[in-house]
Amino acid sequence: MVVFHAVLPFVLAPLLAGLINKTKAVFAGRRGAPLLQPYYDLGKLLGKGAVYSATTTWIFRAGPLIGLAATVAACLVAPLGGRPGPLSFEGDVILFAYVLGLSRFFTVIAALDTGSSFEGMGASREVHFSTLVEPALWLGLAALVRITGQFSLHGVFSTLSPDVWTAHAPALALVATAFGIVFLAENARIPVDDPNTHLELTMIHEVMVLDHGGPDLALIEYASALRLWILGSLVVGPLLPQSGEGWEAVSFVAALAALAVATGVVESTLPRLRLLGVPKLLVGAGVMSSLALVLALV
Amino acid sequence: MPEILLLFLLLAGMFVILSGGAACLLVRTPGAARRLGAASVVAGSLLGILPAIAILLGGGPISAETDWAMPFGRLSIGLDALSAWFLLGILGLSAVSALYSLDYSRREHTHGRTGAREFLFSALVLSMALVVVAQNALLFLLAWEVMALTSFFLVTSESEKESVRRAGWIYLVASQAGAAFVLVLFLLMGRESGSTDFDAWIGLAGRWAHPSALFVLALVGFGAKAGFMPLHVWLPEAHPAAPSHVSALMSGVMIKTGLYGLLRVMLFLGPPDPSWAWALLALGATSGVLGVLFALAQHDLKRLLAYHSIENIGIIALGLGLGLMGIATERPLLAAAGFAGGLLHILNHAIFKGLLFLAAGAAVQSTATRDIDRLGGLLKPMPRTGFSFLVGSIAICGLPPLNGFVSEALIYYGALRGMVDGLPWPVASAVVLASLGIIGGLACACFAKAFGVVFLGSPRSAAAEPPKEAGTWMQAPMFILSGACLAIGLAAPVAVGLVAPVVEQITSTFAQPSSAVSGLEGIARSISVASFILLGLLLLLAGVRFLVLRGRPVRGAVTWDCGYAKPTPRMQYTASSFAQPLTHFFGGFLRTRAHGGRPEGLFPRPTAAFSSHTPDVCTEEAYAPLFQGALALFSRLKGFQHGRLQLYVLYVSVTLLGLLILKLR
Amino acid sequence: MPVLVNGILIALILVGLLILGASRMIRLVALQGALLSLMPLLITPHGLTWRVAALSLGSMILKGIVFPRLLFRAVKHAQVRRELQPYVGYSSSMVIGMATLAASFWLGGQLPLPGEAVSDLVLPAALFTILSGLFLVVARRKALTQVLGFLVLENGIFTFGVAVVGGIPFLIELGVLMDVFVAVFVMGIALQQINQAFEHIDADQMNSLKG
Repeated sequence: MVVFHAVLPFVLAPLLAGLINKTKAVFAGRRGAPLLQPYYDLGKLLGKGAVYSATTTWIFRAGPLIGLAATVAACLVAPLGGRPGPLSFEGDVILFAYVLGLSRFFTVIAALDTGSSFEGMGASREVHFSTLVEPALWLGLAALVRITGQFSLHGVFSTLSPDVWTAHAPALALVATAFGIVFLAENARIPVDDPNTHLELTMIHEVMVLDHGGPDLALIEYASALRLWILGSLVVGPLLPQSGEGWEAVSFVAALAALAVATGVVESTLPRLRLLGVPKLLVGAGVMSSLALVLALV
Repeated sequence: MPEILLLFLLLAGMFVILSGGAACLLVRTPGAARRLGAASVVAGSLLGILPAIAILLGGGPISAETDWAMPFGRLSIGLDALSAWFLLGILGLSAVSALYSLDYSRREHTHGRTGAREFLFSALVLSMALVVVAQNALLFLLAWEVMALTSFFLVTSESEKESVRRAGWIYLVASQAGAAFVLVLFLLMGRESGSTDFDAWIGLAGRWAHPSALFVLALVGFGAKAGFMPLHVWLPEAHPAAPSHVSALMSGVMIKTGLYGLLRVMLFLGPPDPSWAWALLALGATSGVLGVLFALAQHDLKRLLAYHSIENIGIIALGLGLGLMGIATERPLLAAAGFAGGLLHILNHAIFKGLLFLAAGAAVQSTATRDIDRLGGLLKPMPRTGFSFLVGSIAICGLPPLNGFVSEALIYYGALRGMVDGLPWPVASAVVLASLGIIGGLACACFAKAFGVVFLGSPRSAAAEPPKEAGTWMQAPMFILSGACLAIGLAAPVAVGLVAPVVEQITSTFAQPSSAVSGLEGIARSISVASFILLGLLLLLAGVRFLVLRGRPVRGAVTWDCGYAKPTPRMQYTASSFAQPLTHFFGGFLRTRAHGGRPEGLFPRPTAAFSSHTPDVCTEEAYAPLFQGALALFSRLKGFQHGRLQLYVLYVSVTLLGLLILKLR
Repeated sequence: MPVLVNGILIALILVGLLILGASRMIRLVALQGALLSLMPLLITPHGLTWRVAALSLGSMILKGIVFPRLLFRAVKHAQVRRELQPYVGYSSSMVIGMATLAASFWLGGQLPLPGEAVSDLVLPAALFTILSGLFLVVARRKALTQVLGFLVLENGIFTFGVAVVGGIPFLIELGVLMDVFVAVFVMGIALQQINQAFEHIDADQMNSLKG
């Protein structure tokens, strides 16, 4: 059972991306790619050779490796359906946030390694927006810790029983909304970034990985699928009561799938924000988190 | 080990440093002076570091005293856990910096006598060591002044440059102003206790008439040395001006003596008031966030690093503030987490900031410019220096699996724990969490910029000669420090174990249960497990990719530049453009000034150029007007200055007479 | 009932924060007013009476429909574009708003209330709304946005009136409401006049009038 829980994210994560794309296709009136398309893509990329720019150094090759290793480490901390992650410990939220930071740091410097001005632009935007995400994340976590009295992600989410929910509904709803914005921003989703854009000038995350190809790109794509999963679990966590029963893994995955569909709906119905408008949204998320914290304190 | 042996080692180490430095003055050939100076500092540091380690591993404190000619007390030195902790950093970093200087100073084209500089360096090391072992206020002040003066002369090594002279002046004024506060503090404490011995002062703990006033004096006096915002103005001026191994020492350990002084005085003062903790937290949050913001806006590599020192002092202050709050509200675990995190960050910052300054020094030396926007692609000609700078960057951003993460995680942990406590804890914790989060994000941005622009991509300007990798003696210290970063990250429980006696000394002075540090073992162990897993995953993935790519074509190509046929290195994103969104967003604090105009028309004139600079707001808005005002005020007194001896004698006699009348009235 | 009241109060605070971060604020201010006018229905001491319902409906119509209509008309006539260069930026305004909110919670804990409050949140929410209204008046450039600031301020006073439970303070409240109503008219006319005289409504340029 433990192994099952530990393996589940690594197997199912790419499916979320497939779900999002399918939803968008339905909204656009297309049939769309099959749900399993992300897996096919990964397989195809893994079968290719590699091309490296002459400008780059070993940093460029290390970027995808460290990016995925760090994301996997974050995955080991994230709880699933009321079960602790294999690496869960008191204070693991700190590790969670910082390994994601490590992954981002290497993505950014790998982008700068190419010497391309477009990738530099993407890197610059990435660090800008991720900095603004931090207060929202930390104050939201602080509010959750305050409400539950627990210090690990698993402890926090498994303490949120319906009773706790009725007592702290507004604060928890605010945290979940703030984390929802964090989820969209960190996964390069509309309204912050458009994963499907084809104009280098407007991209953020995608432009940073322009020069990667073959197995390296597979590592990157897989890491972003995992990130979708673990940040998604951060949104689902506060909303779904979990006590550790076996069947809760199913409901948890179902909730993640629902989140993916919701993301698809958001992407199909909302326009992308102007770049200058994004900071306002992220500050708004921070404000919601801090309002949640204030409510949790009262 | 017996106490007397430890004492002997400590004194022997100091003696070796002093005598070696003095001997440098007599040596004529520069090469011999360099080798002698470096060898004596390394040997002396290694000797002196042994007792420090012995004490941190559980040995009892050692002390020695003897009579001297000064009044009110005895010449006494001692080494307890607190002193040992700082001594460890000071001597460790001094040893590697001295090694580094062997090759570094050889390549620098400086005027003046090498022997004198080597002597000053030894004297700086010795005075810093003396500051932390002094157990008497007079000795402390003496060492404090020697430290300020030797570092002043080292900062002004290249005094033929106008900018260096200006930096030197600012540094001298700031350190003397700070010292004045410390002097007043010690005078007040000495008057109240009737002695200048630290032993007498600790006996008065909790019975001082005005402890808060004393705390404020200590905060300002020692805070000026530590570089708390807004007392930091000398730091970004002095650190870039000094030779890089001296910058490493100043930024890595010398500013920490300010924190040592503050901690020491807090031990004398006794039970803290919660307002002291709030003061530290507020200073920490301000210094941390604004420090890293100003760093982000800099173009000068060493100036950027200097602002990061302010940021890290802020992080340390957040930790110490949490610890102090824990003591004021009697929460042993929170106090332990705050102090352990803050103290460990003191050592960690010494390691990675030393590393960064040494690596930056090597890069600056081989390219002859500190301007980030003119650099680029240095990782290829200087792979080892670049690797060291990368390790330092990851560590200073607090990212796992290196040492910066361990200390920051402890502070985070304390803050999270405080979240569930009663007021005022949640508020303090929220301040710490939010500031640490923002600082972390901005630091990553800043070092992605610094490392990315300096070492990656292609060179942005043609250098006079191609950059060369640093010499062996410069590489070795960088590798030692990189190794230390990784070691502390992987062996977090050991590091927490080392800092435990220091935390226990502090908490037991305030009569708190001292076993609380053991509550941190769990998280330390988990961190080190996670770090190992992270490295293991990395190796695994590297292996997987190697296997996957075996037998497949791996080709080289040019960077995809979106169809543009003739990219040039000048089209790369510069450091300024990389940081622009953030500096623009925080423009209200930074007041970045832009020069030059936009290109206009279909065929813009080639004169259109854009540049920006970010002067220090505190210097411009507060200190410059203050000193200008003082100048205007004092220039009125010029009327009294005639250059006539007779008149001066008249002034003196009138003053004496006046005082006499006042007294006899 | 307290759950609903708390919900409305939190929505009130959120809308208040949004107003601080928005460049187009008329609809948001109207939404805030409409939310507020639901309050009397929820916390009447003597059950739902016709009087309460009428008051609630009246203020809903006034704040939710009449004021925004008037203001939109003023905007159209004066051809005001939205606030582009406020003295304090939008993100900073939100952060300042957050600090104000924290301060309001602290103040709310300190202030004694005559009688029992409906909810712990009433006083902080009222204080926050008042302070954010004042902040808007100070930090924005256009006369129109300043009028909106006054409206937010009035919403805060309304909440304050509600906090002191019961129907009687409604008299006072109505008086205040009248004042603001007049103020909106006056400002509307003033806007027209400024616009005609100077062809813009930047209030900060009125200081060129001083001798």
